[in-house]
Amino acid sequence: MIKFKNISKIYPINSEHTVALENVSFVIRPQEFVAIAGQSGAGKTTLLRLLLKEENPTRGDVIVDGQNLDKVRYKDLPHYRRKIGAVFQDFKLIPNKTAYENVAFAMEAAGKTDEEIQKDIPEILKLIGLSERAQHFPFQLSGGEKQRIAIGRALAHRPVILVADEPTGNLDPLHTWDIIRLLCRINEMGTTVILATHDREVINTIGKRVITLDKGRLIRDEENGRYLA
Amino acid sequence: MWTTTFKRIIKSGFQSFRRNGWLSAATISVMVLTLIVITTLLMVNLVASVVLENLQEKIDISVYFKSEAPEEDILIVKSQLEKLAEVQRVDYVSREDALLKFKERHQDNPYLIQSLQELGENPLEASLNIKANDPSQYEGISNFLGGISYSTIIDKVDYRQNKEVIDRLSNIIINVKLIGLSLSGLLVLIVILVTFSAIRLAIYSAREEIRVMRLVGANNWFIRGPFIVEGALYGIISSLITLAVLYPVFWILSPKLSGFLSIQDFFVYFQANFWAFLVLLLGLGVVLGVVSSFLAIRKYLRV
Repeated sequence: MIKFKNISKIYPINSEHTVALENVSFVIRPQEFVAIAGQSGAGKTTLLRLLLKEENPTRGDVIVDGQNLDKVRYKDLPHYRRKIGAVFQDFKLIPNKTAYENVAFAMEAAGKTDEEIQKDIPEILKLIGLSERAQHFPFQLSGGEKQRIAIGRALAHRPVILVADEPTGNLDPLHTWDIIRLLCRINEMGTTVILATHDREVINTIGKRVITLDKGRLIRDEENGRYLA
Repeated sequence: MWTTTFKRIIKSGFQSFRRNGWLSAATISVMVLTLIVITTLLMVNLVASVVLENLQEKIDISVYFKSEAPEEDILIVKSQLEKLAEVQRVDYVSREDALLKFKERHQDNPYLIQSLQELGENPLEASLNIKANDPSQYEGISNFLGGISYSTIIDKVDYRQNKEVIDRLSNIIINVKLIGLSLSGLLVLIVILVTFSAIRLAIYSAREEIRVMRLVGANNWFIRGPFIVEGALYGIISSLITLAVLYPVFWILSPKLSGFLSIQDFFVYFQANFWAFLVLLLGLGVVLGVVSSFLAIRKYLRV
C-alpha cells in the first residue's frame, strides 16, 4: 500500500519558486497497475523520485507499507529501496558490466547467495527474453534490449513495487509494446507497477487505472481511464 | 554473508580495472610520474645529506697544549669536554703521536725530516681533536675552553683561525637542508593534488553509475569497495612501474653523478635502500589511491 498525502514539492531556483507538485493525494493498492499520465513537466518524475526517496517532499507524507519515508534514515535507505525496482527512460545500465552482471548486481547488493543468483538470473533472462544476450555489454545491445535488461535488474531482487519512469521514451513503437507487455506480465505475477508516461496510445490501450497530472496538480484519477489532456 | 560481499567487492574492483583499460592506464601514468618525482627527490635528499655529512666530518677543532703541560691535566680537560652534550667525540693526540704522524706525512720530504733530527727534541704540541654534533656548536665549545680552570695550559684553539670557514660551511649546511626540505614538501603536495585530480576524474566519469547503484539498493560499502580496490591496484602497479623505470635510469646516471658529487657510488645508495623504497612507494601509492578514491566518491553517494 502506497499513500501520497497532501504532497507538495517546491524547487527554489534563483530565489523564484518552481512548484513541481501541489497538494497531491492518492493511494495505490498492492498489486495494482497504475499509469501516471501528463505532459513533460507535469510532475510525474518528481512523484517517482519521492517514492524512491531520491528527494523529500516540501510538505506532506509518503507512506509505503505503513512506513513514513520521512522517518527512513540515510543508513537504512538501501534496505528500503530493495522493496522497489526502478526503471528509467535512459536505462542507466552499468556500462562496464555485462547484461548478466547488470541483472546480478541488484541481487549481489541485496546480499543474496551465489546459489540464489545462479538459479534466479537465467529465469529472469528468460522472462525478459534475453537469455542469448547474457554476456553482451550494454553498448552491444539495442535500446529495447537495454530497457529489458534494466527491467530484469529491477526485478532481480524481487521487489514488491516496480516504478518505471518513461521506460519507452527512447524506444520505437515495436519495442515500446515489448516493454509494456513485459510490465503487464510482471504485474500479473503480483508486483505493483507504477508507469509514468506521456504516451497517449500506451495509456489508452492498456486500460488500467490512470492518474493524470497537470502542472503539478492531480486533475483526474479513473479506473480503466484514458489520457485526455 | 560478509565474506561473500568482500569477495564480490574484490572481484568487481579487478573486473572494472581491467575493463576500464584506458582510464586505468591514464591514471597509472599520472601516478607513475608522481612517484618518480617523489623518489628522485628522496634520492637527492639522501645523497645531499651524505655529501653534507662528509663535509661535516671534515670540520673539527683542535686544542693545542703548551709543551710543558702534564698529560694527566690534558686528560682531565678531555673528560670534561666529553661530558658536554654538544661534543660527539674527542681524540687525544700526544706529543709522540703528533711526531709520528708528522714524520709519516712528510717522509718524502728529506729536508723536513733532517731539520727535525737536527732539532734534537720534539717540537710538536699535544692536542685534543674535538668533533661536535653540529657545526654551529663549535663557538660554544671554544668559549667553554676559554673559561675552564685549565685554560692556562692551553696554547691555542684553532677555532678562531678557522672561524670564518666553519661559520660559512655550517650556514650552507643549514640552508641546503632547509631548501631541500621545503622544496620536497612543496613538490609532494603538488604531486598528491595531481593524483587526487586524476582519480577524481576517473570517478567523475562513473558518477551516474554510482547514483544508480544507490537507487537499486546497494549500500555505500558495496558501491565504494570496488573503487577503492581499483585505487589500491593503481597504487601497487604504479609503484612497481616507478621502480622498474628508475632502477636502470639510476644505474646509467650513477657514474656521472658520483664523480660530480664526490661520493663513492650514487647507485649503491639506491640499491642499499631499494627495499625501503619499495615499501615506501607501495605504501604511498596505495594510500594515495585508496584515500583519493574514498574522498572523490563521497559526493556521489549523497542520493
